[in-house]
Amino acid sequence: MTTSSEPEIGRARLRKEDARLITGQTNWTDNITAPGLLHLAILRSPMAHARLDRVDVAAARERPGVIAAFSGADLAAEQGSLPCAWPVTEDIVLPDHPPVAVDEVRYAGDPVAVVVARDAYAAADALEAIEVDYTPLDPVLDLEAALADDSPLVHADKDTNRCFSYHQPCGDYEAAKARADVVLHRRYHQQRLIPSAMEPRSVVVLPVAAAGEYTLYSATQIPHILRVMLAVTTGIPEHKLRVIAPDVGGGFGSKLQVYGEEVLALILAKRLGRPVKWTETRSEGNLATHHGRGQIQDIEIAATRDGTLLGLKADLLADMGAYLMLLTPSIPILGATMFPAIYKMDAYDFRCTGVFTTQTPTDAYRGAGRPEATYAIERIMDDLAAELGRDPLELRRHNWIKHEEFPYTTVAGMTYDSGNYEAATDRAQVLFGYDELVAERAKRNEQGDIFRLGIGISTYTEMCGLAPSRWLRDMRSGAGGWEAASIRMLPTGKAEVITGTSPHGQGHATAWSQIAADVLGIPFEDVEVLHGDTKLAPVGLDTYGSRSLVVGGTAVYEAAQKVVAKARQVAAHLMEANEADLEFSNGAFTVQGSPEAQKSIQEVAFAAFTSHHLPDGMQPTLSAEHVTDPDTFSFPHGTHLCAVEVDTETGAVKIRSYVCVDDIGKVVNPLIVEGQVHGGLAQGIAQALYEEAVYDEDGNLTSGTLADYLVPGAPDLPEFVTDRTETPATSNPMGVKGVGEAGTIASTPAVVNAVVDALRPLGVTEIRMPCTPERVWRAIQEAKEASR
Amino acid sequence: MTRISVKVDGTGYEDDVEPRLLLIHYLRDHLGRTGTPVGCDTGNCGACTVDLDGSTVKSCSVLAVQADGGEVTTVQGLAENGELHPLQKAFHDQHALQCGYCTPGMLMAARDLLAENPHPTPEDVRHGLEGNLCRCTGYQNIVKAVLAAAGEQREATS
Amino acid sequence: MIPAAFEYARPDSIGEAVRLLSRGGDETKVLAGGQSLMPMLRMRLSFPDLVVDVGRIDELRGVRDDGDRLVIGAMTTHHDVMRDPLVREHAGLLAAATATVADPAVRHRGTLGGSLAHADPAGDLPAVVLALDAELVTTERTIRAAEFFRDYLQSALAPDELLTQIRVPKLTGWGYHYEKFHRVAQAWAVVGVAAAVRRDNGRIAEARIGLTNMAPTPVRASATEEALAGADATGPAVEEATRDAAEGTRPSADASATPEYREHLARVLTRRAVLAAAGPERTA
Repeated sequence: MTTSSEPEIGRARLRKEDARLITGQTNWTDNITAPGLLHLAILRSPMAHARLDRVDVAAARERPGVIAAFSGADLAAEQGSLPCAWPVTEDIVLPDHPPVAVDEVRYAGDPVAVVVARDAYAAADALEAIEVDYTPLDPVLDLEAALADDSPLVHADKDTNRCFSYHQPCGDYEAAKARADVVLHRRYHQQRLIPSAMEPRSVVVLPVAAAGEYTLYSATQIPHILRVMLAVTTGIPEHKLRVIAPDVGGGFGSKLQVYGEEVLALILAKRLGRPVKWTETRSEGNLATHHGRGQIQDIEIAATRDGTLLGLKADLLADMGAYLMLLTPSIPILGATMFPAIYKMDAYDFRCTGVFTTQTPTDAYRGAGRPEATYAIERIMDDLAAELGRDPLELRRHNWIKHEEFPYTTVAGMTYDSGNYEAATDRAQVLFGYDELVAERAKRNEQGDIFRLGIGISTYTEMCGLAPSRWLRDMRSGAGGWEAASIRMLPTGKAEVITGTSPHGQGHATAWSQIAADVLGIPFEDVEVLHGDTKLAPVGLDTYGSRSLVVGGTAVYEAAQKVVAKARQVAAHLMEANEADLEFSNGAFTVQGSPEAQKSIQEVAFAAFTSHHLPDGMQPTLSAEHVTDPDTFSFPHGTHLCAVEVDTETGAVKIRSYVCVDDIGKVVNPLIVEGQVHGGLAQGIAQALYEEAVYDEDGNLTSGTLADYLVPGAPDLPEFVTDRTETPATSNPMGVKGVGEAGTIASTPAVVNAVVDALRPLGVTEIRMPCTPERVWRAIQEAKEASR
Repeated sequence: MTRISVKVDGTGYEDDVEPRLLLIHYLRDHLGRTGTPVGCDTGNCGACTVDLDGSTVKSCSVLAVQADGGEVTTVQGLAENGELHPLQKAFHDQHALQCGYCTPGMLMAARDLLAENPHPTPEDVRHGLEGNLCRCTGYQNIVKAVLAAAGEQREATS
Repeated sequence: MIPAAFEYARPDSIGEAVRLLSRGGDETKVLAGGQSLMPMLRMRLSFPDLVVDVGRIDELRGVRDDGDRLVIGAMTTHHDVMRDPLVREHAGLLAAATATVADPAVRHRGTLGGSLAHADPAGDLPAVVLALDAELVTTERTIRAAEFFRDYLQSALAPDELLTQIRVPKLTGWGYHYEKFHRVAQAWAVVGVAAAVRRDNGRIAEARIGLTNMAPTPVRASATEEALAGADATGPAVEEATRDAAEGTRPSADASATPEYREHLARVLTRRAVLAAAGPERTA
């Protein structure tokens, strides 16, 4: 028998998910309806900070079609406080966070009252009838001013806007600095971003009131975590609550949350005994769905004159927004160990202060802490190269961990299992035409060209595969980081994979099918992946942090191995052979030396189903489960090179070419990987050039719609050149590392480095993100002034 | 209430609707044609793009009463006799979707683009899709898919 | 979001439309293509009692040749304007600028008359009709473009007055260019420059320049127009002449730009637009 069939792992399988999505046969939460469905609408604060003197919903209750209307006070007894599951320090300040504000509103968009009506139109109309008296309070918008003694307070009862102070010293930074020939200090700003998943959030609750049972559909990334947290928050017993994430239209961290609207829909369905739906509008979501980033980074780097790094210091102010949501304080801390990135140095010092402001709460957005870290180190490496007169790629080569030095424990205490920065960089340089572009840049500079060319570099790494449960314990997280999978072979030889991951565009149904088919030796088409429903897939910790393949995919792989192990026992029994003599390949067991006798895994599955001829004591059916708790993280890396043209008259930036070579270890499906990289790049570039959540001096969000929050369209992005090197991870059996966030993490500094590089000959050293035309133009004007 | 008569994906409907009812809500909430989703409230995202009387519109920026007497084609009417539209097939083949939320609008916009310009350059495709936002794909595979479908149409007609 | 309730009427004739408008008063809105009105209704920035949909009045559509000018029905869509052979031949600037409005789906519904009546200085077309010295014909009168745009989102139209036609003088053979500077493809112009240039043996005989988003209304760069008359169509000469392009403007501040930067852009973009317009003759 030949064994030449192409392995499923590594194959560019077209996606199983697409058939529904390209024909409109989708199951978005907002599509769900039910007899007697009621629509929830929420009145939100138009002010950043105010005392609620009066909230009167009486007139709203009288509006046609309105079933009920409630103020925060009306709901105070049952709405609870939204949870923060990761209190990062002992000194952390944890304010109350009612889903509907009771005494005070603390950001523009903070819920003030709710209406439940027979249709969405009636609900929207009734909001106009709610009367609210606000006494304006001072907004708190600036991170530094918020920490001053005389600052107005976001939470007056807490006496401070300081949420927490975190310090992680690694080695003696001051001693390293003292030995340095060059010390550079830079301040970088991570603007607030609005994640902007295309599907607005939505939640539908179907109650069976008599039984006290509730089914909650939500456009969420985390049905499992949501169920636990909703049970804890509302007191509805966990086993009476079923949470379903149906088709979910993107998340990027914004749906890794336990939102007030989910709590409200649940408690209102309970109170009213009727199904309740809430769907946000985009402009509502820009206020009410958590934001990302929001940091001021003070970075200091110390090096010798020959360019050898000695130490790095990062001191962050991190904008929490008005409240702590599920992971708010942990986001900057997730970057704590990643500022040293791929570089060797003697000492590192990390500090972070969390700060409350009267703005929408922040939380995870694609990359979550790691893009911020990567941005800072990759930007300052370019600045250091300029300071030392070195080629920025050469400076990186001089300092990075050599491929023969792995496994390598960084100054921050992370042990990188594998990597090959040389290979990725060499490949990227060739694809980019690095030397030609360097020559062209020199020529344009010499000619004083109005359109300058800039080359930006980012040799990034990231930590993926969140997360070892013990690491989470040590970091004061409230949860573990494992993932579960089970596989059952059906009587007809088909297989169901039940995963605890919860995809929303990532293609798990396809990739997990490939893994299971590969191990089980059955056709890809014969695998069905079940997910996103706590009744179908009861055990899981969901999808975020580039964890799904590394942790959840590994669980699928291991569960499939267990299925094969049991099948081997059954097959040996059926074939009257020793287990040790059985070979398993292409889905069939054969006895060594007599290849004509064989049992397919499908035959074994049927035998396990009938249970007529199983070994004594063996349980019927062929299935297995596995829970993977990773020992460590994985560390994808790569080299991204970006060329921009800057119009020095207008400040406009145009990306001319973008090359990335990523090393994400073993690839399960190259099509999916490329798609993840493309989308990641788009979001990272968007941070560099286009997007920013802008608040005015009163604390109003002025980028509240997609007309003024500038998500780039097809004409705004370049064609990307992507390639890969493959250095398998040694920390999991498939050698995978994760790819969901790589593009976002790597691309932002590559683009900004390119913009600054283009203008360095004019004296520009820093441009704040997003690098809008006006900011670029001003940077040029200021540099001109300075050189006068 | 205003009486309207609209044909949607080949089926005729007559309904009394409020004048303020948006076409997208008529399609989704009154007719159950939920294949077309809503992505924004300013007409920027294009997720709700449908064809009205032969050209694309953003169905969140059109009143149902404005479609009176008209014919609407949505993503759910693209396949014919169980045969996927070449663009649907191309989107699948080129991995031009991830979460799929923008896909219905993207398909309708691409169909309109190819009707106007059967031989587009990559730049033409990018500009033709400027009114449709995607947060997952970075557009690269969408452009590839539209070009592939254009090539297929060329082959089919030659 | 969801519009507040309103009454709806869909007249078949201009006369009926005017009757409805005069009955409704201030709380009546004309629905043309709806591409600006619908988002305003949805965001509840506008609460009309009555919406008069003029979309089915056939006499408001189409382009015709009327001697030394074109007559464009107010309800002619952007899609039709930018493809119309007459417009392309005799008012190429209008066709070019219209092609930059929003996106294809919006251009299918949005109309020239609707865009002008909305009087948004950030819209691309007000500056164009201003530069072209167009006339706006209403059910009451004929208004010169220079007198039509009164203030931010305010036109000269009375509540019971309907814009019916736009009369555009033919500038056959003129060079033209619309220079739109925006941050992403979909975004409004930070600044736009509509330039039409009559060329004469390497010189600029006459130039018309309208500026988008440089004041509460579209404005003409009059100082630059005067300086360009008779100037060489060369880089240095045009640069000299466009130095005053921002004179008389009153640009606003917003998240995309400060007034100072807008003024700077107006100068740079006017120079570029004029040079592009004065460049080799194009066939439409």
